[in-house]
Amino acid sequence: MQKAHGEKMTGSRIIIETLIEQGVTDVFGYPGGQVLNIYDELYKAQKRINHILTAHEQGASHAADGYSRATGKVGVVISTSGPGATNLVTGLATAMLDSIPMVAITGNVPTNLIGKDSFQEINITGITLPITKHNYFVTDVKELADVIREAFQIAKSGRPGPVLIDVPKDVQVNECEFIPHSVVEPLKQEIADDEIIDQAVELINNAKRPYIYIGGGAAGRGMADDVKALAEKIDGYVGCTFMGLSALPNSYDRFLGMQGMHGKYASSMANNDADLVIGVGVRFNDRVTGNIKKYCNNAKIIQLDTDLSEINKNVKVDVGVIGSIVSSFKRILERCDKQSHPEWHKTVDEYKAKEQQILEEADRLSKTDMTPKRIFDVINRNKDADAIIATDVGQHQMWTAQYVDFERPRRFASSGGLGTMGYGLGAAIGAYVATGDKTILITGDGSFGMNLNELATAVTYNAPIVIVLLNNGVLGMVRQWQTLLYGKRYSNSVLSNKTDYVKLAEAFGAKGKRVTNIKDFEAAFKEAMSQDKPYVIDTIIDIDEMVLPMIPPGGSIENIVLTQPKEDK
Amino acid sequence: MRTVIAIYVENKYGVLARVAGLFMRKGFNIDSLTVGKTHDPDFSRITITLNGDDYVRTQIVNQLKKLHNVKAVKLLEPATSVERELVLLKVKNTPQNRSEIMAATEIYRAKIIDYTTEAMCVEITGESSKINAFIKVMMPLGIIEICRTGVVALDRGTSILEK
Repeated sequence: MQKAHGEKMTGSRIIIETLIEQGVTDVFGYPGGQVLNIYDELYKAQKRINHILTAHEQGASHAADGYSRATGKVGVVISTSGPGATNLVTGLATAMLDSIPMVAITGNVPTNLIGKDSFQEINITGITLPITKHNYFVTDVKELADVIREAFQIAKSGRPGPVLIDVPKDVQVNECEFIPHSVVEPLKQEIADDEIIDQAVELINNAKRPYIYIGGGAAGRGMADDVKALAEKIDGYVGCTFMGLSALPNSYDRFLGMQGMHGKYASSMANNDADLVIGVGVRFNDRVTGNIKKYCNNAKIIQLDTDLSEINKNVKVDVGVIGSIVSSFKRILERCDKQSHPEWHKTVDEYKAKEQQILEEADRLSKTDMTPKRIFDVINRNKDADAIIATDVGQHQMWTAQYVDFERPRRFASSGGLGTMGYGLGAAIGAYVATGDKTILITGDGSFGMNLNELATAVTYNAPIVIVLLNNGVLGMVRQWQTLLYGKRYSNSVLSNKTDYVKLAEAFGAKGKRVTNIKDFEAAFKEAMSQDKPYVIDTIIDIDEMVLPMIPPGGSIENIVLTQPKEDK
Repeated sequence: MRTVIAIYVENKYGVLARVAGLFMRKGFNIDSLTVGKTHDPDFSRITITLNGDDYVRTQIVNQLKKLHNVKAVKLLEPATSVERELVLLKVKNTPQNRSEIMAATEIYRAKIIDYTTEAMCVEITGESSKINAFIKVMMPLGIIEICRTGVVALDRGTSILEK
């Protein structure tokens, strides 16, 4: 498509040409005063690049993030200066904490008005300094194309992350020659030293109870087969962090699922009981370790990461393997011995049996038939194997993590590190735009209220998103903590709104149905899955339903709460 | 542990804020910071001193390496590096303290660079320990104002901060 070499162009056209050159086919955003020139070029280039107009810049930023999670591509978002730019902040922070590659382009006031508190002027590079991998304030149109290319390279190299480019309006107007370039490749990752690989292999060969534990750094990198192969070879088990969900299919028999604060019982117990933990692209977050002094006291720890600052950051490890995770893992897999640990199987089988028992017990004790387990059984039975699951943040998110059966990588979009309520709908739209695959948003009435305006966007773009709104009339996770840790003083966690979610969905041009029992839920879910427009299932669940197990904050496996506390009357 | 970090950075808009901001958000307190262009005007060198244990020292180096504009980072060890700090001190000039100021200035190899009947300005260069000792001597003599550059440091021998 290359134009003649060195064609003279305006900065705004250079922005669009460079995006197209870097393989961008879809951008999310919202126009405004200081990006009118960019939007004018988007208009002219609409056959070559698709723009999705959201209801709010925050929604656009989450859409770009969801787009990236579903594909591995760099998500792109455009917004105007001032409030347009500050509305991206939560989206950028969300992407930063979960290492999601994104490029955000903001307009700013002309350079002669910078620093004068001009209308809609904000120092967005200053604001986003701690929540971007890098950012740029471009003052010369001649630098613009290379800055954009470099931004893409930074976003996708090593440990990915968001990059912001702030472009004053005069730089968008000024002209210079545009010389086309090829798609920039991620920078080559370091390769771990042989010696370090051998140290890791030695620990593995001496282990009796190995536990491989995968995180966001391993998910979506084509490592599923290697992880399975290592688990088979060393006769171990695999668990994951929240960010590692969907990296392995839940049907894999050595996969124990998520561990940690709301992890599955068997996975958390196996992690605690292991004599060797192999952390693959994980950061040993506090939600995983609980009380750091009691975490894995009996285990040797190997940590594989591409980001050297992660080694020994939260947990002191025995071997830190720095460099390309994929390559390090492959080399470890090749070199370690074939092993057999029947005792370890026996132990884990006991944990699995107990886990099953706990689940059945909880289900039996529940006051309604709309238990999370039954709801997710319905979802698992009726969703496409390939469906993308997005969530907001709270109880529904943890239930999703515990119960949804994922079949393949990049089918999960949820804010892990930042825990952004209001993330889900935008992300679901982004994931749908990226893949065209059936997309299901699991949300709660608290989170949904934060950015439900994007329902308009989903309707406009015919994104048939199935929205399972788990409605308990409260901020469920806050309530759960208040129940367990704050003497049932339910301070401001009861939502007294009178919202009719069915009418709300219809007002936006979507469909809606309210369900109060599991049979109706199944019927509604089936209907929703076959629709060509968004469908909100207002799913009424019990106010006191809890996410269990729970290892209380700062606690350890000894403090694990397995069953709902009895009503004290 | 007192720590001296040398940081080689691209001489670009906002780089100092990026480096200083990293210390702030990781909760590491900077004791002194100096920055200036190198012989290659496209690059600057930042020297930071802080107090930190092994965890802080390792983390800060590894975190700094992640900043896009940072091209090299090194902890400078006292045994293998040289460091200097420059201080300008303004002290009261009275008949009672004049001779003592002159004596201290001489012994510490400092220099009087401004002199009025009311005040003197003294320049002293050296390692931080020497500077601190000199300030302690001058304190009772009536320091009016003080300005320290913070530490600059280089490795001994031919070792350089790699680009």
